[in-house]
Amino acid sequence: MLPFLLCAPLGKCYFWQHIKYTSMPDMNYLNDLVVQVRRDILRQVHKVNSGHPGGSLGCTEFFVALFQEIMDRKEGFHMDGKDEDLFFLSNGHISPVFYSVLARSGYFPVEELNTFRLINSRLQGHPTTHEGLPGVRVASGSLGQGISVAVGAALTKKLNNDPHVVYALCGDGELQEGQNWEAIMYAAANKVDNIVVTVDYNGQQIDGSLDNVLPLGNLKGKFEAFGWDVLEIKEGNQLDAVIDGLNQAKGSTGKGKPVCVLMHTVMGNGVDFMMHTHAWHGKAPNDEQLEIGLAQNPVTLGDY
Amino acid sequence: MKKYIDTGKKDTRSGFGAGLTELGKTNPDVVALCADLTGSLKMDEFKANHPERFFQVGIAEANMMGLAAGMTIGGKIPFTGTFANFSTGRVYDQIRQSIAYSHKNVKICASHAGVTLGEDGATHQILEDIGLMKMLPGMTVINTCDFNQTKAATLAIAEHHGPVYLRFGRPKVANFTDENQTFEIGKAVSLQDGNDVTIIATGHLVWEALQAAETLNEQGISADVINIHTIKPLDQNAIISSAAKTGCVVTAEEHNYLGGLGESVARVLAENQPTPQEFVATQDTFGESGTPDQLMAKYGLNADAIVKASLKAISRKGNG
Repeated sequence: MLPFLLCAPLGKCYFWQHIKYTSMPDMNYLNDLVVQVRRDILRQVHKVNSGHPGGSLGCTEFFVALFQEIMDRKEGFHMDGKDEDLFFLSNGHISPVFYSVLARSGYFPVEELNTFRLINSRLQGHPTTHEGLPGVRVASGSLGQGISVAVGAALTKKLNNDPHVVYALCGDGELQEGQNWEAIMYAAANKVDNIVVTVDYNGQQIDGSLDNVLPLGNLKGKFEAFGWDVLEIKEGNQLDAVIDGLNQAKGSTGKGKPVCVLMHTVMGNGVDFMMHTHAWHGKAPNDEQLEIGLAQNPVTLGDY
Repeated sequence: MKKYIDTGKKDTRSGFGAGLTELGKTNPDVVALCADLTGSLKMDEFKANHPERFFQVGIAEANMMGLAAGMTIGGKIPFTGTFANFSTGRVYDQIRQSIAYSHKNVKICASHAGVTLGEDGATHQILEDIGLMKMLPGMTVINTCDFNQTKAATLAIAEHHGPVYLRFGRPKVANFTDENQTFEIGKAVSLQDGNDVTIIATGHLVWEALQAAETLNEQGISADVINIHTIKPLDQNAIISSAAKTGCVVTAEEHNYLGGLGESVARVLAENQPTPQEFVATQDTFGESGTPDQLMAKYGLNADAIVKASLKAISRKGNG
């Protein structure tokens, strides 16, 4: 299968925690992981009656694909990130999915998901380096800053002659922040071509649909006009489509242009009453709603 | 009394430029970013010597701070350069989240601080930046007084791991500290030994404090003059022991009296050594256009103002 063949011959794929024995992505395992991560998201936000399930659920396939199939990661966590691919989360409020996938990729014990948003936890409401949580390289939550940081890390990779790729995820609503466009302009002008920025294009933000709050217009055209190579993942909640799309994006690096992936997702994906609405952007399910959501996503790999 | 010689007027920003040039040669991890003010920040020589390590970011300071934060990942030591106003207030949240809270090893180097920026006026003359930056947990805040000290500080902050705000200025001022000094972050420098009043000064006001001490000496008053170049972490012991000796304090800075060096000193005194204190600083105001000398006089930031404040502080001794 193309996705794995792209990196396997380099001998640099580290499948830490999830050990691969074949050249094919283990889609059964990965699909199980997606369902388990959805459960983790729902249980984390339910326990503390706060957090952001909608965007987290919408990006579950992305995180599983990125950490399990796409990124070339070293074992253990090293802040300097030398000789491995890096990831930066700009829309830090979707921390539940980030934490779940980090834990289930071996960065910290999955039991620690029990501490999400609690006092003295490393799993702060929004991700931070301050408490030393492995897997996090910069704080995010105040929106619009992640692309700049990712571009900076990509510049250092070039200075260090490190051929690895820097990945970033940002929300679509977050692109209303002007700093993004400073970074987008800079990256193209300076041929920062070792970066893949994925936009979670779900069309929703806290106050309503993006088109009702502040439309982004022709987003693909905007990135292209700024000089980026733009790919689209039409089915951002289909795991194989996300893997294929991200592999294509990885293959598009190193060609003089930064790479943008517009990933169409459904906020709240996998829990029927949370889908196609902004209502669950930053609201936790009650006991009854949790049970319904969990019933739609039965245990696969075991709850924490 | 020690005699200090002005070896020739130079701008502090050129001290920064000289330090950066030296770092370029000695430390391959140092990179420099500038938001379209390369000449003003005196970064031209670094740029010419190391084009691959110089990053022109354009008029986009928010992105510059984010880039700098990201560049630390992988071991680079980024020095950002723009005016003090655009280095702090304009990008406060970027510094707060991506640099300070994330504890990134970024050196925020800020020129044209205070009213001595001059004719461009209040839009460019920030008098609030020390307060903004010292409020950030983990941020080191340095305000240097002359060319030599600024150069030494620039070299020193590259060796310090953690975020630093280095504040300097535009005009040519007296250059009087040792050319070969070692800059110790967080360590006050004693400039004059006296018993009647303590004068604690930072930045451009240090030379003015020395002139004030000479005037006071002619009147039979001996002033203990301390240069606080590092406002955070503050050298508390130097402040406490001098205040205990003299019994009154004057602080002098090119900054609002709210949030500046003076308030930091007042806190130390209140906690440890309650002492009458006078503040030579701007009085919760914006600046305006004018020459640096005119503005320093109008806003009460010169030797004359320090002399008056010293006499007032002495008169308050024993009255609390």
